[in-house]
Amino acid sequence: MLKFTKDHEWLRIEEDIATVGITQYAQEQLGDLVFVELPAPGSGFKQGAAAAVVESVKAASDVYAPISGEITDVNRSIVDDPSLVNSDPMGKGWFFKMKIADPTQIETLIDEAAYWALIS
Amino acid sequence: MPINFPNGILKEHLHTRTAAGLFDVSHMGQFTVRSDSGKNAARALEALAPVDLLGLDEGRQRYALFTNSRGGILDDLMIINRGDHLLLVVNASRRDADEAHLRHAFSNSCAVERLDERALLALQGPLAEAVLTRWCPDAASMRFMEARGLSILGMDCVISRSGYTGEDGFEISLAASGAECLARKLLESPKVAPIGLGARDSLRLEAGLCLYGSDLDANTTPVEARLEWVIPNRRRRGGRREGGFPGADVILRQLAEGSARRRVGLRSKDRTPVRGGCKLYQDEETTTPVGQVTSGGFGPSVNAPVAMGYVVSAESTPGNVLFAEVRGKRVPVAVSDLPFIQPNYKRVEQHRAEK
Repeated sequence: MLKFTKDHEWLRIEEDIATVGITQYAQEQLGDLVFVELPAPGSGFKQGAAAAVVESVKAASDVYAPISGEITDVNRSIVDDPSLVNSDPMGKGWFFKMKIADPTQIETLIDEAAYWALIS
Repeated sequence: MPINFPNGILKEHLHTRTAAGLFDVSHMGQFTVRSDSGKNAARALEALAPVDLLGLDEGRQRYALFTNSRGGILDDLMIINRGDHLLLVVNASRRDADEAHLRHAFSNSCAVERLDERALLALQGPLAEAVLTRWCPDAASMRFMEARGLSILGMDCVISRSGYTGEDGFEISLAASGAECLARKLLESPKVAPIGLGARDSLRLEAGLCLYGSDLDANTTPVEARLEWVIPNRRRRGGRREGGFPGADVILRQLAEGSARRRVGLRSKDRTPVRGGCKLYQDEETTTPVGQVTSGGFGPSVNAPVAMGYVVSAESTPGNVLFAEVRGKRVPVAVSDLPFIQPNYKRVEQHRAEK
């Protein structure tokens, strides 16, 4: 199941794990990324808390935990090569995986059609 | 001028360093200062700026600073000797203040004209000469900080061989009505790309050049800003025209004895960009900062974060490791020489390097 947030993040939900990244629109708005800071695996975040940081040549921006949960895995390859987020934001440019703490929070997310409506 | 064009800041920056970038910097303020003789205009401006203008030959350009009575910098600017007048290019944000300052100081001695109908285009990069000479062959023989009145496409222009990128290049002052036509002609060349404010900032930062309002302000002196190279010996203590500019007591004392803080370059030890406003500390624990970052970001040509800021003078030695506080974390940064890149100016002679 693919979900989105109004903060321009996407989540791919498989059983109790959500893989999180930023959208094509977000990477276009940010411009060329030059730095990514990821959370420590094992750390826990509340929905809406800043979990990661991206920096473009322009500015720094937070990436929020779209739901509450514990970080189970992070994508080290985007730390070594932040341009992966620009070139493949919904594939190789994923940020982290979370163990979903509260499945009801999924209801607060929007689906792809609603996200498209938001950015168009 | 937008932050960036569709190419994006990174590509625009690298294009300027490898080919040629076109900047519409018409927001900069342009003024002429005239007197009954060119020398009197130079003399009048020397009363506002700790530089040598009587020694500025016709057709030459010089970097200058307006100072206040406390030795602080009111603006940084470029001055061209055009023979019968001086042409000034000042920061957009300081245009009104500079105009008032000039008119107040020169109420009788000089005529000040604000050139709001003039545009300013900058063509910067190693291929700038090859591009411009197609439209203006005479530009090829110009050297760094030279300025001439030349015709391009039948339009009268004042062209200087200078810029704000650390690259060879030209700044072209012309009537605003002709600027679009010239910009379109220059952009016809595949060597030229339009460049926005984002890359303008990363280019000047790598070149170690200050941005007024960030790296320079009315509370910062030329010595603190490491710009003492603009002040010639003849205006220093014991010189033939010692002092005679606002804040001379403070500035001349600092030239002799040093200042409590100094502008330095800063290079991150890891990949974390350190931006303006970050506080600098001696170590990972202390709570009293020893300085502050004034400009910083990713340097595309350096391929690493670069920054500049002010630190207490005891901490200003290149190689000294400090810690910048970024999002609550202390990131190690090393004090570094400026500029971060090797400038590529078309020099007329070996110039004093910026130290």
